Amino acid sequence: MTLLIGALTLGIILSLLALGVYISYRIFDIADITVDGSLTFGAAVTGVLLVNYGVHPFYATLAGFVAGLIAGTVTGILQTTFRINPLLSGILVMSGLYSVNLHVMGRSNIPFLGVATLSSYCEQLGASWFGAATTNLGGWTVSSADTTMLMLMFALVSGIALVLWAFFRTDLGTAMRATGDNPQMVKALGGNVALYRLFGLALANGLVALAGSLWAQYQNFADVQMGIGMIVWGLASVIIGEALTGAAGVGLAIVGAIIGSVLFRELVAIALSFGLNPNDLKLITAVFVFAALVLPDLARKLTVRANRKRTKNARPRPC
Amino acid sequence: MLKLTDVEKTFHANTANEVRPLRGITLDIGEGAFVIVLGGNGSGKSTLLNALAGSFEIDSGRIELDGQDLGDWSEHRRAAWIGRVFQNPFSGTASGMSILDNFSLAAKRGKLRGLAWAQSRKLRQELQGRVRELDMGLETRLDSPIGLLSGGQRQALTLLMATWLKPKLLLLDEHTAALDPKSADQVLALTERVIADAKLTTLMVTHSMQQAVQYGDRIVMMHGGRVLHDFGYEQKQQLQVDDLLACFHNARQDEWLD
Repeated sequence: MTLLIGALTLGIILSLLALGVYISYRIFDIADITVDGSLTFGAAVTGVLLVNYGVHPFYATLAGFVAGLIAGTVTGILQTTFRINPLLSGILVMSGLYSVNLHVMGRSNIPFLGVATLSSYCEQLGASWFGAATTNLGGWTVSSADTTMLMLMFALVSGIALVLWAFFRTDLGTAMRATGDNPQMVKALGGNVALYRLFGLALANGLVALAGSLWAQYQNFADVQMGIGMIVWGLASVIIGEALTGAAGVGLAIVGAIIGSVLFRELVAIALSFGLNPNDLKLITAVFVFAALVLPDLARKLTVRANRKRTKNARPRPC
Repeated sequence: MLKLTDVEKTFHANTANEVRPLRGITLDIGEGAFVIVLGGNGSGKSTLLNALAGSFEIDSGRIELDGQDLGDWSEHRRAAWIGRVFQNPFSGTASGMSILDNFSLAAKRGKLRGLAWAQSRKLRQELQGRVRELDMGLETRLDSPIGLLSGGQRQALTLLMATWLKPKLLLLDEHTAALDPKSADQVLALTERVIADAKLTTLMVTHSMQQAVQYGDRIVMMHGGRVLHDFGYEQKQQLQVDDLLACFHNARQDEWLD
């Protein structure tokens, strides 16, 4: 049970990553690999502020979010002002961020020992809410700190999802959605396409960095490697979500990305508990995303071919 | 209203691929004029429209709209004054978004887009009325993706979007060239009605002489990046397709003699 609650909490935290990837990949149609760097950037900034400067967890987390906004803005400027290929822009910023992250952290790993973090805050809060270190949840004995963390993260992500949903229904949000769909049309209707792209990438990476910041506080350390391959995890969550809720509207897609992220983490947790080698995780995820991208198209082609064979021998009708 | 003075544009200058689609275009178009820009492939007619819309910067010359020099205006800034319909029905609408979403964007053409709700009951009702006039059965489909509609339906909607807020200038870039004859006629009839109702200053590019004869009140004939002939209202009344064909024929012969 502790394992599943852990996976659930992590899934909810990383649904912010999925939402970020949804914005850049689905709304703007850019596979933005900046994500791999900005996730760590958020964790690094938060970690240093917590450990070296004793900043309150709330402000340290907020700073992590802002760090992501900046990373996304840089990628956006490379793409719009300097017209560098979107994929290459992301690669450049991600690569540069690796050094930046090492500089920010001063070493490759920062353990959050003996400092106030969101986790320690939840421990106190949980103890005062439930009056004990453990609590009874539907017949299971679970740690009250974990339960509090889960509830807090759920509330936070729900709030962010609601704000995002509302934002994409405003004039600005609608114009941003249209930019990914048909930039030519947005220009013809007086929209500043470059600015919308910049803003979208900033927002996406801000959310990703926030995920990194919360994740680091949840696992009690920040590591310079923690962002590697995260774009693929985000894509996997978005794809699972779309399979469940469809991609008809922004609201459904947002809910789908969150559910997809949680489901993905639960599947990973279960697979690991059955003895899956953790080293294989990224390869399996990559193969999964590959399959999810290719299979629907392949299935359609095969059906078309099968239908063609079936009708081949029939006598052609004149009209 | 619209004044072009000696507008020139060269693409890929000083290379083997150098093309000069605009070689000194001077035009003066009055308010409320419905001008047909006629020309063959490569005559520069579409380039002229894109120059007006600000898709690229012109090399020299001056474009003035309503007394304002548009030289430094970016494409999206000019869109506040200029409505556009493209040749490709996919270009003018966001296919993954609903009809209502698309019009909520059109209702803000050239205005600052902030955090107000994009859709409103007022917009929906107004749109329902306007779409019903099209008689295409679209009034019940305002929430379905615009990508599911036919090319003709999309062009009709694009035209409504481009003129939802009255533009100072309407640019139609062969907007019926990709449609079947029946849809093309429908969209052209709608075009004529919309232009007449709002008294829009319009430039309509076409390569169809039939359309040129039938619509508008002035024909600007382009060839090789220059204005070959400029027929005013009186002259246009007498013009027939044969006359226009003869004009182009002569132009080509002159080119040969050069």
